[in-house]
Amino acid sequence: MNLTSNRSRAYKVLSMIILLVLAFLFLFPLYWIVTGAFKTSQDIYSTTPVFWPSQWTMANFAKLFDRRSAPLFQLGSLVGPTVPGAIRWLVNTVFMAVAAMVLTCLTASMAGYALAKKRFVGRTLLFSLIVCAMALPKQVILIPLLKEMSALNLYDTLWAVIFPTVGWPFGVFLMKQFSEGIPGEILEAARVDGASEARTFFSIVLPMVKPGVGALAIFTFINSWNDYFMQLVMLASSSNYTISLGIATMQAETSIDMGLLMAGAALAAIPIILVFLVFQKYFTQGITMGAVKG
Amino acid sequence: MSRALVRRETISGYLFLLPSLIFFVGFVIIPMVICIVNSLTDANMNTQGLGNFVGLTNFIDLWKDKTFREALWNTFVIVIVSVPAVCAFSLWVSSAIYKLNGKLLSAFRCIFYLPVVTGSVAVTVVWKWMYDNYTGVFNYVLKSAGLIEKNINWLGDPKYALGCIILILFTTSVGQPIVLYVSALGNVDQSLVEAAQVDGATNFQVFWKIKWPQMMPTTLYILVITTINSFQCFALIQLLTQGGSGTNTVMYYIYYTAFKLTEKAGHFGYANAMGVILAIFIGLLSALQFKLAKEK
Repeated sequence: MNLTSNRSRAYKVLSMIILLVLAFLFLFPLYWIVTGAFKTSQDIYSTTPVFWPSQWTMANFAKLFDRRSAPLFQLGSLVGPTVPGAIRWLVNTVFMAVAAMVLTCLTASMAGYALAKKRFVGRTLLFSLIVCAMALPKQVILIPLLKEMSALNLYDTLWAVIFPTVGWPFGVFLMKQFSEGIPGEILEAARVDGASEARTFFSIVLPMVKPGVGALAIFTFINSWNDYFMQLVMLASSSNYTISLGIATMQAETSIDMGLLMAGAALAAIPIILVFLVFQKYFTQGITMGAVKG
Repeated sequence: MSRALVRRETISGYLFLLPSLIFFVGFVIIPMVICIVNSLTDANMNTQGLGNFVGLTNFIDLWKDKTFREALWNTFVIVIVSVPAVCAFSLWVSSAIYKLNGKLLSAFRCIFYLPVVTGSVAVTVVWKWMYDNYTGVFNYVLKSAGLIEKNINWLGDPKYALGCIILILFTTSVGQPIVLYVSALGNVDQSLVEAAQVDGATNFQVFWKIKWPQMMPTTLYILVITTINSFQCFALIQLLTQGGSGTNTVMYYIYYTAFKLTEKAGHFGYANAMGVILAIFIGLLSALQFKLAKEK
């Protein structure tokens, strides 16, 4: 008995050490981005990597904000003040992610509720179609999507990135999983009381699936923020770029200026990481629910 | 249910579905149909409408296309290496952390998820620097440890480039499986585990005979999402090697054919044919994984 408990304790200590090493390795790229963004070019081009900046500098950010300028926003004839291109990219990215998030949550929670609780003709067929579509790589349809967007006059607008994100059926699937838990008696009672369908949905269903909406919101926000391939194909002019696309373009133009690129990468990564850390709880829940009966 | 009620349910059901269906049909189903139809035509970037029907010509050309075969092979290698590695790694990490106290558990879960959240472009840019021939940390650390004698051009050397890309893909793929496995391990029926322990089963036996079968649905789901994820490996290739040093993948070749290739500029039909093949591959693999899991 003593021997086994000693061995299992040794195993626990060993696995903890391995975990800590792994955690360090997984954090390292992020550490390298953040410190790299503040390093002088001397530190950056040193053949012996400088693990802690010998001197902190804002020069990389200054350079990043010095490149290109664009109006902060453009709504029809309303044009915002001129700001550095990178700030505009950030504004575009936030707009895109928020719009995709709001539209997805609204449409998916309605559809998920219908699929879970309504008994109508074609329900099973529709649900199988959704599950099949989910297994397909989104990128495969990107070229036809591009043609469709130019036909709709949406090419090179953020909507060309937003709409396909909203159409992606994962959200409907997730919200169906969450809506299954609504007790039928409550819906029945609402109907007997003469509540309209819309009223039932907004004041009974929606509050009950709130954790699901939270999960879907954060999931969509992060995915849309990082969906580089879609942004690359759909956006053409620099004032419509997202931050990821902007950094990628900068990388192609000046692939050797690592300080500038790290400043850009930090600007792209830090906001989304903060969002993730704040809403982490919902996120974990969403990932787990999406897999149930997957 | 009465007939009137069925009708009412059907109408309201579709009304609730309508907003979502507009987006789903408009931006997923229609492009999918166009993709399939287009793969049978000679359409290019400037074609109005559908282009000329050419039957299976695109698919036959693809079969003869050496670059495509190479890209297909590389994609296959990426999937075969990264999927089992991701599953095994995330299973080990999860079983090591799922009994830790709440704060520590979520800290670890967070750390392994961070590379996903950081975003493919930021991740790729920093790894490119870490792999750099002259200023990268990899060469420095390996040389200091005496493992290599002179600097290796990691991304420029066909011997290493694909492996380097798989390593980055790996770090950005384990986050979700770990979250899933942690929750699956927490849901394992404890009474069975305790009964087995009373009967004198070792930890190893408890794992294989009791926990593993119960986690099968989770494993299956992880296999499917990791496979799809590995197939889609695009940003890494586009930003690091542009398909050079033997790292071309189907996803990159689709993009390249549609937007970059000069002599076939915007050959959408050809690119879409590749998309169809990729979709078939993923469909077959997913089906196979489901079948294997069911047999077990």
